[in-house]
Amino acid sequence: MFAYIIKRLLYAVPIALAVTLVAFLLVHIAPGDALNAIAPADAPAETIAALKAAYGLDRPLPVQYGLWLGRALQGDLGASIASGRSVTSEVMAAVGNTLSLAGVAAVIGVLAGCVLGGIAGYRHGGWVDRIATFISVIGVSVPHYWLGLVLTIVFSITLGWLPAMGAGPEGGWFLDGAHLPYIVLPALTMAVVPMGILTRTVRAVVVDILAQDFVQALRAKGLGNRRIFRHVAKNAAPTVLAVAGLQLGYLMGGSILIETVFAWPGTGFLLNTAIFQRDLPLLQGTLLVLCLFFVLLNLLVDIAQPFIDPRMRRT
Amino acid sequence: MSLALDAGSTPATLPAQRSRGYWSRVLRRLSRDPVTLACAAILLLILLAAVFAPLIAPADPFKGSMIKRLQPIGAEGFLLGTDELGRDMLTRLIYGGRQSLLMGVLPVVLAFGIGTTIGVIAGYVGGRVNMVIMRTLDVFYAFPSVLLAVAISGALGAGLNNCLLALTLVFVPQVTRVAESVTTQVRQLDYIEAARMSGAGPWMIVREQVLGNVLGPIFVYSTGLISVCMILASGLSFLGLGVKPPEPEWGLMLNTLRPAIFQNPLVAALPGAMIFITSICFNLLADGIRSAMDIRS
Repeated sequence: MFAYIIKRLLYAVPIALAVTLVAFLLVHIAPGDALNAIAPADAPAETIAALKAAYGLDRPLPVQYGLWLGRALQGDLGASIASGRSVTSEVMAAVGNTLSLAGVAAVIGVLAGCVLGGIAGYRHGGWVDRIATFISVIGVSVPHYWLGLVLTIVFSITLGWLPAMGAGPEGGWFLDGAHLPYIVLPALTMAVVPMGILTRTVRAVVVDILAQDFVQALRAKGLGNRRIFRHVAKNAAPTVLAVAGLQLGYLMGGSILIETVFAWPGTGFLLNTAIFQRDLPLLQGTLLVLCLFFVLLNLLVDIAQPFIDPRMRRT
Repeated sequence: MSLALDAGSTPATLPAQRSRGYWSRVLRRLSRDPVTLACAAILLLILLAAVFAPLIAPADPFKGSMIKRLQPIGAEGFLLGTDELGRDMLTRLIYGGRQSLLMGVLPVVLAFGIGTTIGVIAGYVGGRVNMVIMRTLDVFYAFPSVLLAVAISGALGAGLNNCLLALTLVFVPQVTRVAESVTTQVRQLDYIEAARMSGAGPWMIVREQVLGNVLGPIFVYSTGLISVCMILASGLSFLGLGVKPPEPEWGLMLNTLRPAIFQNPLVAALPGAMIFITSICFNLLADGIRSAMDIRS
């Protein structure tokens, strides 16, 4: 098992490096000059050259990448071209807000998905199953940015129950009474997709397990439904964990749409600003942090597997 | 049946006959599935409306009227109301299907072609080639798909072509992975070995023996991606990274109508409803095709 964990850790290193390379190159394939955002179009050539030297843009690409990577490893992602502030501090503040939102959404989505999928799997083929399956199809088919607007129309504009914009006072989100109402609509909207995916997964896994011989044997032994459920849950856990664990990463990476709808001050909002102001260091930095987070999450899910699945410990 | 007869007559007849029987069985099963048929009919209707938009749309999609902005649904002369610039909503929803369907379907078709090619090569050749291709793809798997699409089209700049490119790049690794895994399975089967022993070259084996057996699963997987692609494509337009105004496209319309949710929420929600209907139909259609093609059930 230790060999497996070490192997998995070592395997994550080249992936993480490749991610930094893609994040770096992606903004360099962009047409136009990185300095367009700050230098006026008619600036004299010397000014442009001086600015390029100041931002290190006059060096060859591999050198720029090496320098950038070296500084990034020390936690320095450069300064935002548009605002001049440190990218690291901007991204870290935003990551906290996005993580809160995605975390709450993932918990809601995974719980709802497990319950719906579990019931559907147990009542396989019946009308409860059909309703649960239909809900899951809606979950994966609904454009969630539109669902966010619809929920805003119903609960904020028409009923006036919940706030429609922002994360509450002071710009950041914390778990307290003043901030709680602000997360309800965005988190519910975001939870719809993982709910749909988890319902599908859990249903398929439960149907599969219930058809196996050992369940028949447990029934024959005289175990009640509740005791059998424990066995089913244990067998379903590894697959469900693998799918559920990645959902948090998908939600964080995909939060840009929901954050735009609800004006949530997270990484998506930052990405939006960076793209439309052509703020390349900010774009690079945000992209890098989100992707490394996703790589880390993948790693954690894989490492957790042998702990909950004894069958994997033997290999 | 002797071996000489099979090999001597026309080599293509046997697989062709088998697959014709298979496809007619799939079609027969599909025709008995009311949900799938209904979804196909709705999609066909939206597609036909989009293709023949100039003939059936009641108004000009670009011509607005400042005094008739944000008319409610059912207003006189405007069946579904008007948008923030006074343009007829019904007309723009019909025209919007052109770009939205294009952006939802074309990237998946392209990814199907490219991903199948790379995946079959990786799976059939195996060894070091396989390792290089699959490890490269692992890098793309380290990006959540929405983030990758936003990053690529954000870096390239807004526009239909960049958007199509970004979406294709998002789906190629996924299709490739499926293509590689089915090809690797098929490659180890006895009939491939038999074909090789009878002197068939790699190109011949891939064309005659492999493709017929791997295209089905890859196709089923790809149809399931269309719904995701629709949502993602309209999402890019919604962010301002896709089609540019005043072009009618559902995601972009949803974006420009957003401030209107206070005055006229129903009209503002219409473009999103179109995305929803199309995407759920593609999803149910893909499910129907999957279970119809799964002959074991």
